[in-house]
Amino acid sequence: MFYAGIDIGSTAAKAVLMNGAKDEVLARKLMPSGWNSRETAEELLQWLLSLGHEREEIHVTATGYGRVSVPYADSTLTEITCHGKGAAFLGGNDLTVIDIGGQDTKIIVLKNGRVMDFIMNDKCSAGTGKFLEVMANRLGVTLPEFFAMAERGKDITISSMCTVFAESEIVSLMGQGTPREDIARGAVGSVVVKVVALAGRKGAGTPGMGDCFLTGGFCETPLMIHKLSGALGAGVRTHPDARFAGAIGAALLGK
Amino acid sequence: MADYRKMWEDLGMDVKTHDLLCEALPGAVIEVYFSQENRPVGMDYFNAVVAEIHGLRPAELAEHKKKGGKVVGTFCIHVPDEVPIAAGAIATGLCSGSQFWVPGGEKKLPAATCPLIKASLGARFDRTCPFFRLADIFVGETTCDGKKKAWEILAEDAPMYIMDIPQMKRKKDYDHWKDEIFGYIRRMEELTGSTVTPEKLHEAIVLLNNKRKALQRLAEFRKLENIPISGKDVLLITQIAFYDDPARLTSKINALCDELDERTRQGVSVFRKGAKRILLTGTPLSIPNWKLHHIVESLGGAVVCEEMCTGIRYYEECVDESGKTLDEMVTALTERYMGAIHCACFTPNHERIDDIKRLVREYKADGVIDVNLKFCGIYDTEGYFVERELKNAGIPVLGIETDYTDQDAEQLKTRIGAFLEMLGN
Repeated sequence: MFYAGIDIGSTAAKAVLMNGAKDEVLARKLMPSGWNSRETAEELLQWLLSLGHEREEIHVTATGYGRVSVPYADSTLTEITCHGKGAAFLGGNDLTVIDIGGQDTKIIVLKNGRVMDFIMNDKCSAGTGKFLEVMANRLGVTLPEFFAMAERGKDITISSMCTVFAESEIVSLMGQGTPREDIARGAVGSVVVKVVALAGRKGAGTPGMGDCFLTGGFCETPLMIHKLSGALGAGVRTHPDARFAGAIGAALLGK
Repeated sequence: MADYRKMWEDLGMDVKTHDLLCEALPGAVIEVYFSQENRPVGMDYFNAVVAEIHGLRPAELAEHKKKGGKVVGTFCIHVPDEVPIAAGAIATGLCSGSQFWVPGGEKKLPAATCPLIKASLGARFDRTCPFFRLADIFVGETTCDGKKKAWEILAEDAPMYIMDIPQMKRKKDYDHWKDEIFGYIRRMEELTGSTVTPEKLHEAIVLLNNKRKALQRLAEFRKLENIPISGKDVLLITQIAFYDDPARLTSKINALCDELDERTRQGVSVFRKGAKRILLTGTPLSIPNWKLHHIVESLGGAVVCEEMCTGIRYYEECVDESGKTLDEMVTALTERYMGAIHCACFTPNHERIDDIKRLVREYKADGVIDVNLKFCGIYDTEGYFVERELKNAGIPVLGIETDYTDQDAEQLKTRIGAFLEMLGN
């Protein structure tokens, strides 16, 4: 038996295949969620089947906001439960998980590997990946280029939390001739402020709360990790597979 | 549905716009209510009332007015309905729970006002709710800043009477509220031309206590392991209790409870075994706001108690019936309507937290969802203590902020779904 986890987020779709003992990730797949979750789900199924196992040998658990669009899933769970489980697998049983997703940012408190508490950002996109995506678009660069620029920039303050207002703030900064590098760095700082406020509500970084562990699309971005740990006053760990935490958790929770 | 167009036109309503609401409501009732399996037969009455919410009861109020009677509209459970009833008037709740009225309210109020207040003003100014046409007087109160200022705007179009509810619970505050209730008695006497005698006030106290006892009897079933009625259904009954004829409502609830007694003997449950039991606390859920109950119960949870104005706070305590003089009775009303309601408008308000913890035990709740209507500053702020104190007591709690729109339904499903999973759903 094999266990697959499919995590269809707002921006990226992630899938993993784990072995029967559930102690090893055998394969990973990352693709854009696209505009049709059903088609994305179908493509992930074809990928799963291309790994050389029969469909009957694989238990599929779906999660993420697109979980309802995975008709072949054997079970579905919310991304909170899956992210918690996946983070515990990757980073340890007592953690404050910080997941900065495409449209959701979540803080999950893990004790003994169990979700004890969580909080998600409110309806707006401030403090999420979407915010940085919009800002990168405005600066005319891709997200990796955006982060490379931000690494070189100086800290400036972008005070607008609202994505729409922040965009106009950036337009005026550009008008004043502020270097794009500084604007990019300021935008990352703005997300960090919002995420840290959310994490603070759940006591992140305070004694007895366990390490902070970053999952989601920014886990390979050193600047994000550096800024987060600076603002939290605590170390922030991550893992090369942290972007797949939701999918891994889903696979682990398959029965 | 019977044809009420003539009545609505006579009431000066914007019937064309109102039709849009009439078209939307049946769909919502079918989706939320008729989709439930194994409902008690005794819900039929409440189904009929909600199906014709703008017809059945308003027609009775119109009839009462035709005979020279008066209708008193209220917005808050701190305002004692015993007073208008003792003066021969009909009291009706006016709080509005539909997004339909919100844009109308936003024409007059800042967007950052809670949806309950916006919907209430919208319902009046847009002329799309018969209850807001039928009321001869609107009784507002000074519970929160949003309401206080909104009443001034409402007063430009509607006859208002404002009661000054204290914000602390000291002796002088009780004295003040007692004084306010006496003022309310005088205003009601003036409105109806009939004197509030000790006999009439006593009768009104007994009448409404009987309604409370029926609602308490209904709530008892939710403490059972096998719950014979859904949380959604109890919410609907509680919401209707704000509008309906008290004596008739009491007998219908008691009839339903007789059926539930029988179901209990047979061990009937409307929930699957092991369904996680949820207590809701926070801001009121006015009719037709069924959103959270619908999400919780569609995800396999069971709502077992509402520590809300549209819940326990409305019916858990009775008014002491032993008073003989008017003064003794008004003292009893003061104790009940100020002392026994723990609204976030009071400071401090730790009694509410004690209540939540007690109710969690009594109703064997697995977790608490603290609900805040967007832009309700007092409940939002008090949420800090609710969350902390419950956590210290080892009770899982989820904070939710929402409004009357369905825009956040998917996000809420994820949060509430994750909460139920956390509880071991």
